[in-house]
Amino acid sequence: MSLRDLSAVEQIAALEAGETTSLELVDAHLAAVEADDVEAFLAIDAEGARARAREIDAMPSRPALGGVPIGIKDALSTRDVVTTSGSRMLEGFRPVYTATCVQRLQDAGAIVVGKTNMDEFAMGSSTENSAYKNTLNPWDHGRVPGGSSGGSAASVAQRQVPWSLGSDTGGSIRQPAALCGIVGMKPTYGAVSRYGLIAFASSLDQVGPFSRTVADSALLLKHMVGRDPMDSTSLDWPGEIALPTATDMSGLRVGVVEELMGEGIEPGVKAAIEASLRTMEDLGATVVPISLPTSLSGLATYYVLAPAECSSNLARFDGIRYGPSVDADNLLDQYEITRGDLFGPEVKRRIMLGTFALASGYYDQYYGRAQKVRTLMVQEFAQAFEQVDLLASPTSPSVAFPLGDRTADPYAMYLADVCTIPVSLAGVPAISIPCGLSDGLPVGLQLAGPAFSENRLFDAAHAIEQAIAFDTRPPGLAT
Amino acid sequence: MSAYEPVIGVEIHVQLSTRTKMFCGCELSFGDPPNTHTCPVCLAHPGVLPVVNEEAIRRALVIGLALGCEIAPRSIFHRKNYFYPDLPKAYQVSQFDIPICGRGEFTAIREDGSELTVGITRAHLEEDAAKLTHEGGRRAGAEGSVVDFNRGGTPLVEIVTEPDLRSGSDVATFLRQLRQTLLFLGVSDCSMEEGSMRADANVSIRPVGSHELGTKTELKNMNSFRFLERGIEAEIARQERILSEGGRISQETVHYEPETGHITSLRSKEESHDYRYFPEPDLVPVVPDPAWVESLRAEQPELPVPLRRRMVAEMGLSAEDAEVLTESPELVEYFMQAAALADPKACANWIRGELRAQLRETGEEPWQSKVTPAHVAALVDLLAAGTVSVPAAKEVLAGMIQTGDQPAAVVESKGLAAMDDGDLAAIIAELVAANPDQAQQLRDGKDKVLGFFVGQAMKQTGGRANPQSVQKLVREAVLGE
Amino acid sequence: MIDESTVNHVARLARLRLTPDEQQVMREELSGILEHIDAIRAMDLDGVEPTTHVIAVENVLRPDVPRPGLSRDDALREAADVVDGSFGVPRMD
Repeated sequence: MSLRDLSAVEQIAALEAGETTSLELVDAHLAAVEADDVEAFLAIDAEGARARAREIDAMPSRPALGGVPIGIKDALSTRDVVTTSGSRMLEGFRPVYTATCVQRLQDAGAIVVGKTNMDEFAMGSSTENSAYKNTLNPWDHGRVPGGSSGGSAASVAQRQVPWSLGSDTGGSIRQPAALCGIVGMKPTYGAVSRYGLIAFASSLDQVGPFSRTVADSALLLKHMVGRDPMDSTSLDWPGEIALPTATDMSGLRVGVVEELMGEGIEPGVKAAIEASLRTMEDLGATVVPISLPTSLSGLATYYVLAPAECSSNLARFDGIRYGPSVDADNLLDQYEITRGDLFGPEVKRRIMLGTFALASGYYDQYYGRAQKVRTLMVQEFAQAFEQVDLLASPTSPSVAFPLGDRTADPYAMYLADVCTIPVSLAGVPAISIPCGLSDGLPVGLQLAGPAFSENRLFDAAHAIEQAIAFDTRPPGLAT
Repeated sequence: MSAYEPVIGVEIHVQLSTRTKMFCGCELSFGDPPNTHTCPVCLAHPGVLPVVNEEAIRRALVIGLALGCEIAPRSIFHRKNYFYPDLPKAYQVSQFDIPICGRGEFTAIREDGSELTVGITRAHLEEDAAKLTHEGGRRAGAEGSVVDFNRGGTPLVEIVTEPDLRSGSDVATFLRQLRQTLLFLGVSDCSMEEGSMRADANVSIRPVGSHELGTKTELKNMNSFRFLERGIEAEIARQERILSEGGRISQETVHYEPETGHITSLRSKEESHDYRYFPEPDLVPVVPDPAWVESLRAEQPELPVPLRRRMVAEMGLSAEDAEVLTESPELVEYFMQAAALADPKACANWIRGELRAQLRETGEEPWQSKVTPAHVAALVDLLAAGTVSVPAAKEVLAGMIQTGDQPAAVVESKGLAAMDDGDLAAIIAELVAANPDQAQQLRDGKDKVLGFFVGQAMKQTGGRANPQSVQKLVREAVLGE
Repeated sequence: MIDESTVNHVARLARLRLTPDEQQVMREELSGILEHIDAIRAMDLDGVEPTTHVIAVENVLRPDVPRPGLSRDDALREAADVVDGSFGVPRMD
């Protein structure tokens, strides 16, 4: 058993017990980060990480997160550490400030070892839209890790880091967590500051944790939540995130979303979910079917709202104040050539789609209507949570698919988020935990709860995790 | 009489003089070196978010209340999307369908005393663009422009009027008095030269009697009211010429060149703008507490237009006095303090006349000078009591400007008190004796010659003679009255 | 199917220069995606209010107090072209 096999909570305990040092932990993980067998990292800050580890080791008492390494999705701004959001548009860009959530974790003793690969500007479900490289699924190097936070998910599954940060707009934490066999959590919208998260779709974006245990995700989130004066949409999290201890689910009512258990869900995925529903019953939960009819319109709604917001959010990239720029001798060329050359195909597709949806003559038909469907979605979730405590569904309709399988068909790729998008539109928290295998590949179970029910979600997920005892070690990973 | 009636509406951008920018904590500055007041937010670095400046909201409400606007119980921000190098996010955070201040009305007073009432369509909050300079830039050896983001993100209130104005001079009257009002509210420096107040006019004409609106042109960004007035008149004349020759007005932005008096087209609006407005997801609604709004309403100072009416009706001032004295809130305050102690009309005359004339040399304003309003009132009282003559009073004033002493002290130290009639009578007797021809003219009924004696008496006494006393004593000496 | 002029107009609004091949592909892909999206155009949404924020928060305001910003060097350090302390941009025409 190596240091890298320990969960973050265990690593902190080992540090507290004086069994290891932060530098030793950082070195052990950096070796795997630098080898990077799954191409999870875009930038590595070995020197910065070691320097910080030495500092923390020298402190009279350890900070809450001990001096444990972490990987950060490249969508989060880190001062002086190159941050590209997976795009050539930001090649070599060194931010002048650090995202609030990253700063909070660093202040609490987390050590950033590097920036993880992602779909360009978080648009994609396989990390194949990265302008730099494909990240490989640790369970099968011929398959995608999911996306857009594929590097963050793969790095945790590969045990290059015990935990990492991702961002989730329509499923970009939960879906790669499911495909890589780890835990991923999207908090309540507003729970974690978005300041420093390079925006994709502002009304949906949330930062959240990846880890191999439920408790680790809870611990990481605990140190990120809370109102940030730099983010008007951030909220005070009521109470405190607690480390989960529950071993049963007695008294909990779980609604199984009928619309997300039917057509389009792979049989192996469905079987694993059904098995975990039985586990929940064994743990004392009441499992009932529930219908969320508007969730069938989730994908269409999302693919109006998110591109519309992204078309505006990505308009600032023009090669003038930062980022590479092309040689242009007039302003129109400066804009059009920079943006035409440096954005990848999926980003251009979504900017086009979103610009169209907001354009004069189309706004009411597309953006205006999508905002109304969102209202229905929010209402439907609220009604559901009057009947049940948690909603259960698959996280992804399929297990990890082969690299290149869906790159030719944008809509086929979009379907990967069909189960996660309704939750995003409703703004409520959800967690994905590994619940079994289908053809040797992990299946993710998604649990969603009402706003600020993170503690309930962690407790339920913890109980299921203990009961299922899923082995997060990918078969090919050397021990 | 023209066959056409001009129809004019204006849009006024007012930079608020808050300490910090609209959406970030960068300090506002004017004239500092470029790009020394920026942060990741106002440079639109990846990942940043806006946070609304509370003071900007307060000032927008203060403006709305002064313009009689309906205050929106809940307003939101929108993004206005377009690409330009002075707009780093490539969208301006502005307000669209739910502005913070809705319909209102503003009444100005024309020079002839008649009232000019202009409907206010809305007043909304937004952020200013950065400063783009077209000369001097270069890029890869080629011509270019340069951008300074110090100004970028300054809070702006945009006031939009109904098309209620009918002439360039009315537009100038309205804008001057609106500017005065904003200065009284203390919300903005309102400097046209520095660009903290900017006005665009939408101009169209229509046949007299018609109620339809003609095609409008937009007269952009004039840096003085005078040029705006002239520009509007020139644009009206241009449109009349086109229509009377059977032509058509095209919707475009035009520019007035003060040097030549010509109107030129800036750009045709053929590539129509599509700003793709949508609600700003990074900001939450503004819902002003009604109690806050009411307290702002209660704290509102007396505004210049009603104040002018009151000065004429209750204080006996001329319309011109009132206009001059309400030029700035500081001047009004100065005058009011003096007028509370002495005759308002006399205070008005001395402040707007001699005091300002004498201060012109030092470049000071009355309230910046050593002469306090109480000094002015005391001087007016000395004059009324006949203690000093008018010429002497002017010298007293000059003394006060230098020393800041009480007028009585200046009178004393400079020996400027009017001579008593006994001393004066001896001088008059000598004067009458020395000028028999003029004395005879007076006996012949030519009263004008009294002025000659007053002048001579002043010369003899170094200005300490009271002119009324001189006239009285000359009459006594010559006519035995 | 959206037409070529719409694709060109939208690309111009978004300041994206597309090659002729990209234009054609974009037209087909956008048309395909819009077919799926059209589902929401058939829904009965009369009387439904739009949602901009899922959180019911209002009046998040900042006191008018200056905060330290960037040094000019930091402000300009990632710029492609710096001219005497300002950001250089190409000529407009």
